[in-house]
Amino acid sequence: MSAPLHPGYADDRVRLLIEKLPCRETQLNTLLALMGEPEQYCYPSIFIYGHRATGKSYVIQTLLRELELPHAVVSCVECVSAGILFEQVLLSFFGSAYSSSNALPRKPSLSDFIRLYRQLCVQFPATQTRYIILDKAELLRDMDANLLPGFLRLQELVEDNVTVILLSEIVWDKFRPNTGCFEPLLLHFPNYSKAELQQILARDTHPSYSPELYSSYINILLGVFYSVCRDLRELRHLAALNFPKFCEPLETGEAKEKDAHKLWRNIEPQLKKAMQTVYLREVSSVQWEEQQSAEGEVAELRGLSSHDHVELPYYSKYLLIAAYLASYNPARTDRRFFLKHHGKIKKTNFLKKHEKTSNHLLGPKPFPLDRLLAIFYSVVDSRVAPTASVFAQISSLVTLQLLSQVSHDDQLDAPKYKCAVSLDFIRAIARTVGFDVVRHLYDFL
Amino acid sequence: MSKRKSKDIHLPAGECLSQVQRLLRERFCHQQLPVGPFGFESQHKHLLELLKRTAVHGESNSVLIVGPRGAGKSMLLNCVLKELMEMNEVKKNILLVQLSGLLQTDDGIALKEITRQLNLENVVGDKVFGSFAENLVFLLEALKKGDRSSSRPVLFTLDEFDLFAHHKNQTLLYNLLDISQSAQTPVAVVGLTCRLDVLELLEKRVKSRFSHRQIHLLSAVDFQGFLRGVELQLRLPPDFPDRRFAEDWNAGVEALCEDKSAEAVLRKHFNSSKDFRSLHMLLMLALSRVTVSNPAIRPADLLEASRLCTSDAKANVLHGLSILELCLVIAMKHLNDVYEGEPFNFQMVHNEFKKFLQRKSHSVHNFEKPVVVKAFEHLQELELIKPMDGASVRSQKEYQLVKLMLDHTQIMEALQKYPQCPTDVKQWATSAFG
Repeated sequence: MSAPLHPGYADDRVRLLIEKLPCRETQLNTLLALMGEPEQYCYPSIFIYGHRATGKSYVIQTLLRELELPHAVVSCVECVSAGILFEQVLLSFFGSAYSSSNALPRKPSLSDFIRLYRQLCVQFPATQTRYIILDKAELLRDMDANLLPGFLRLQELVEDNVTVILLSEIVWDKFRPNTGCFEPLLLHFPNYSKAELQQILARDTHPSYSPELYSSYINILLGVFYSVCRDLRELRHLAALNFPKFCEPLETGEAKEKDAHKLWRNIEPQLKKAMQTVYLREVSSVQWEEQQSAEGEVAELRGLSSHDHVELPYYSKYLLIAAYLASYNPARTDRRFFLKHHGKIKKTNFLKKHEKTSNHLLGPKPFPLDRLLAIFYSVVDSRVAPTASVFAQISSLVTLQLLSQVSHDDQLDAPKYKCAVSLDFIRAIARTVGFDVVRHLYDFL
Repeated sequence: MSKRKSKDIHLPAGECLSQVQRLLRERFCHQQLPVGPFGFESQHKHLLELLKRTAVHGESNSVLIVGPRGAGKSMLLNCVLKELMEMNEVKKNILLVQLSGLLQTDDGIALKEITRQLNLENVVGDKVFGSFAENLVFLLEALKKGDRSSSRPVLFTLDEFDLFAHHKNQTLLYNLLDISQSAQTPVAVVGLTCRLDVLELLEKRVKSRFSHRQIHLLSAVDFQGFLRGVELQLRLPPDFPDRRFAEDWNAGVEALCEDKSAEAVLRKHFNSSKDFRSLHMLLMLALSRVTVSNPAIRPADLLEASRLCTSDAKANVLHGLSILELCLVIAMKHLNDVYEGEPFNFQMVHNEFKKFLQRKSHSVHNFEKPVVVKAFEHLQELELIKPMDGASVRSQKEYQLVKLMLDHTQIMEALQKYPQCPTDVKQWATSAFG
């Protein structure tokens, strides 16, 4: 008789687990070894970190579910207050006994939770280690200050065989409170390597094509996307979206499964385009699929970001242009740009740039209202009366978040603004009124 | 002799190991140690003496146990309490109230907890009735009615004492210490804290009522003592069912402590921290590698456990980044070098990255700006870069000033170990001028 893989757990279950969790065998073995036999104590708190989609929650949840260990899975995103968290834990450990006899008070503190847990624990003592899994644990930091240290030493506080497992993308160093706490055991889930990604992605094959074909498709996909994205979920989504296009030449009979080069030539531009559209969610996946079936050209689709041009009133456009010029030009060059007869300014002197870095690198500078109006009057050709509507338009530009007010000290007396639009946006606006912005920008002289 | 041995129970190896695991896991995880606090004999005696005086003679006392995390404060207190409760004249005589700063976050909750633990009249079942003021008056009345000779002494233990000092007006501390100073019910207040400056946190009136008796638990063990501690923690007790297995195990533990490579691991650990909590973590990791095929802790297990304990988390995170994200980190590193730690925004990083692409890169293709923005945002989610002024919605995200939370050496080391790093990216990172 050979020794069991992990004492306390049935061998076939463990084998099944290894099969279900590809490329996570090392982590699985470490976890099982740490957990020990179900009746034995486990370390009070375990902190598992790793990038997005490295299988943290999946491994833990499958493990506990398959081995039928008592556990509570709580996502900290859902827990807007600590009460919800406590309730979920108690409900999944004690079930009906919790809800019927005694409930938590309306606004429970950690103290109430511990008291109730202890009480219920006397009735239903743990025969096996109980596990509390806190997903997205980085949000615990923003809740009550005593919650995270409390959960880390929960085993000691409730005197029960309980282990808290925290899952997060962020390293433990960013969690540690000021006065320290019970240090959890740190476990790292490394990213899948390229080969492992290939292996996992190739598992979900298409029924009407051979697995080799799908595997070669995955290979092409990884070739395009691997340098940008290592997120398994994202890659899988992209793989599912673009597979019909990949198979198109096969269906029409232009290529056979063996013509790898032809298939590659067909799909590569499509994938590159997908990186700029679907990957950025400019185009939703439904639109992408519709458009593929309609055989349309990919560039025809206008993404979300091309919709960002807004229709503004005539003066509002000029006000926005003036604001942009005021934000990105130094004030000392205003005379040169906007005054008709500004006297003599030596060209060499003017062009000598004092700052090395341009304003388009540093971001917009705040400007006072007076300067905005002065530039506005000089760029608008006709005479404009400073009516209430002009000022109302300025404040409505602020509510549209095209301008932002910088200093909040005074609403009326010399308020300061910043322009919050990009160069492309302002150029589009300027084109509609026939104004050349770039000629008036110091950075582009 | 041989007859006695034959009477011993011989369990199969799996059974034995399961017993060992159960026993040692209780020690490391549940803090049920075979020996009392190690190297704190005088402190132990002092505290025991003090609490005995309260319990037996009705003398009111207050004391603070101060020591770093994992130094054995709770263990010392629990040991003393256990010893105290075993004494005949004390057992029936004393009331124990245990509070923790983590749980009782304000005085209202703390008062309810005290009344509950004292089983006073306003407690029905498990519920406590009355408002904060009523509870306080009630409790003080109850404590005041007593006197030194007749009433039972109450022992208050305040875990995380420094957190109680953050309560409003420090009402609870003031009242507890006030009772301990005046001739009312005899109380002993024992505070446990890891802050050395805890007295500075107290208000003047609270501080003046505290007896200023402090017990410091600053570990003074040298490396030999530490090794002895390790051995003690791993040894099986004499009442282990299978005697022969226990002897073998203990011999193995002794051999482990004398092994050179194990000693090196332990010395490294000792140099980084002397506290027993982190030692328990190390031993726990080593213990988890003990199986039927490997029925003793080998030095290699200890080495592996120490590797797990000390691995650099940030380097691990860096290894998981994509090439594009790594390039951005390098660009930020260059910006940091050139502008000496000035904050930067996305535009500057992108500019730096574009310069690299134009001049040097062959392996990385040109990425669209939104793709780079997405990579930048991922770095921000991982908290590798931190915004300078909290998330302000008003400024555009390209122009938001951020700071890199990584060290120069951390980046370079991570880059060395990065799997399949393109050569030109590596060269760009090492070149002094971006």
